[in-house]
Amino acid sequence: MTDQIVSILAATVTAGTPILYAALGELIIERAGIINLGVEGIMLIGAVTGFIVSVVFDNSWLGLLAAMVAGGLITSIHAFLTITLRANQVVSGLALTLFGTGLSGYLGKAYIGIPVTHPFAVQPLPLLKDIPVLGKVLFNHDILVYISFLLVPLLWMFMYRTRPGLLLRAIGENPAAADAIGAKVFVLRYVYVIMGGMLCGVGGAYLSLAYAPSWLENMTAGRGWIAVALVIFALWNPLRAMVGAYLFGGIDALGFHLQVLGVTISPFFLNMMPYLFTIIVLVMVMQRQGGRLTAPGALGIPYDREDR
Amino acid sequence: MFVPVRLEKRLVPSPVMRIMVPLVSVIMALVFCGIFLAITGRDPLEVYAAMFAGALGSAYGLSETVVKAIPLMLCALGISVAFRMQLWNIGAEGQFYIGAFAATWLPLTFPNLPGYVMIPGMILLGLAAGAMWAFIPAYLRAKSNVNEIITTLMFNYVGILLVDYFVYGPWRDPKGLNFPLTARFADAAILPTFGASRIHIGIVFALVLVFILLVAFKYSRWGYEIRVIGQSERAAAYAGMNIQRSIFYVMLISGAISGLAGMAEVSGIAGRLQPGLSPGYGYTAIIIAWLSKLNPLAIVLVSLLFGVLQVGGYLVQTFGVPATVASMVQGAILFFVVGGEIFINYSIKIASRKEALTEND
Repeated sequence: MTDQIVSILAATVTAGTPILYAALGELIIERAGIINLGVEGIMLIGAVTGFIVSVVFDNSWLGLLAAMVAGGLITSIHAFLTITLRANQVVSGLALTLFGTGLSGYLGKAYIGIPVTHPFAVQPLPLLKDIPVLGKVLFNHDILVYISFLLVPLLWMFMYRTRPGLLLRAIGENPAAADAIGAKVFVLRYVYVIMGGMLCGVGGAYLSLAYAPSWLENMTAGRGWIAVALVIFALWNPLRAMVGAYLFGGIDALGFHLQVLGVTISPFFLNMMPYLFTIIVLVMVMQRQGGRLTAPGALGIPYDREDR
Repeated sequence: MFVPVRLEKRLVPSPVMRIMVPLVSVIMALVFCGIFLAITGRDPLEVYAAMFAGALGSAYGLSETVVKAIPLMLCALGISVAFRMQLWNIGAEGQFYIGAFAATWLPLTFPNLPGYVMIPGMILLGLAAGAMWAFIPAYLRAKSNVNEIITTLMFNYVGILLVDYFVYGPWRDPKGLNFPLTARFADAAILPTFGASRIHIGIVFALVLVFILLVAFKYSRWGYEIRVIGQSERAAAYAGMNIQRSIFYVMLISGAISGLAGMAEVSGIAGRLQPGLSPGYGYTAIIIAWLSKLNPLAIVLVSLLFGVLQVGGYLVQTFGVPATVASMVQGAILFFVVGGEIFINYSIKIASRKEALTEND
């Protein structure tokens, strides 16, 4: 029984990791004041480019790098449309998801069913892996999981304990004020949107290079959207985002393990769980916050210097 | 900034640009996707020529274009109702599936009903189920301000899984050789078609709706209210409009229309419920609604254009080009339209060097 629980908890971490990367990416973008509904599309682009480059060069690190670059590039379209052209952020993000879905399907067609020769494999951390229970749950994973462990506190420290982090929060909260104290609002927004896109790309690549090393059309299956919801759940705080990502990972892992254990719930209903859970979580957050979220103040509003 | 360009807000949106932006966007999107086609070793002109020739060059291609345009039109009309109020219902895909699902229940349960009961019954079920699928997101948005984008989207996945459960399980046709399909509907449950083509009277549903929506948007108090609420919720509340009630009405109507699209597709085209009934009509329709500026008449025209892309994309598969090329082009069109909107509301002025310098201070 303990073995079962430990393996479910370990699976929780791996299932939560792609969502965690994507949610951290989205969190940075929204902190900079831009809504990005393109996460699903960016993740798919990351997943497909990461996969193709890994297969072609037989090098998963190169694949990961390619996924980051591709994620950043595709997101730069959203950045240009919303920051420079002040386009409707909701619709631009939807366009990004639709385009990314189409493009990834197009690029990946020839790679369906091909295995990755060297996916990111499990590398237990010496010493730490021997801690009872925790060792198996936390330190018996691939390196991308360990990187995400470091990324969360680092991002938190950056946001709340450094001056550039303060500026990041400022350009999303009150860009006019940030501008007045000399912050380059436009440049910074570009930087953070593209950085966030790169992280979403990593989230996608985690799926195709570590979680289920293969390429399938639409393999993200809504994880990008769950990541968007998670940022709201997290109230734009990276630590809460981590908790949320593992909650979803847990739902995923639990559904899978119940099937393995022979529980007679239809897999179709088990597969609905993460989506229904997303809605429930959002409702709970909204009720606790009394229907008013402490979202970044300028979220979704294009910045126009002349409106100051 | 560094570029000596200034944006000047137009006093009135430019009517020329309103027409030009969508047209140029389509062309730019084709060019943009052509780059990807060329990178992957295909001749973009050849691919596009094959797409358009396939969709427009034969009676079959033309009628298929209309066939694909029908669900697109209906879903886009549904979406446009919600978008007018800045309610981002992106759940048309799920509402479509649930509409088809509910409509399927009638012929499966009462196969011997006469056509004059069957078809209206299926229509009502499709409408009601689509509305119901939009109800929970509408309720959560109206009561707790829960973001409707995420809830409607999550319900897409849930709706599709629900349909899958039924066609793989309780509703699977025992004589269907284990394929996930329901039994074929009785003839009375099939929408009539025009002549020998596959064009069914779903097109009439769409055109009637276009007329109703045109009148409602333009002349009714309701149409006026949703426009005001869309522009400013605060102003609307100040004017004594009931925003919560409007959210309900708008979302339910929006969902019902997409549900009707599902009913029309399952009854007019498939003749049975099956997975993959929609190749993403509900998502494509978002692009169509926005490209049409939420204008019902424009939605008809743009849906036909997207029907061309859909059929063309399907046909170029025979040349080994993935059908997803169509959704790629459609997504890119939306990029250019959204980006191009700035030209409608702003005029671009090239600032003189001196002006540019003072700007930087």
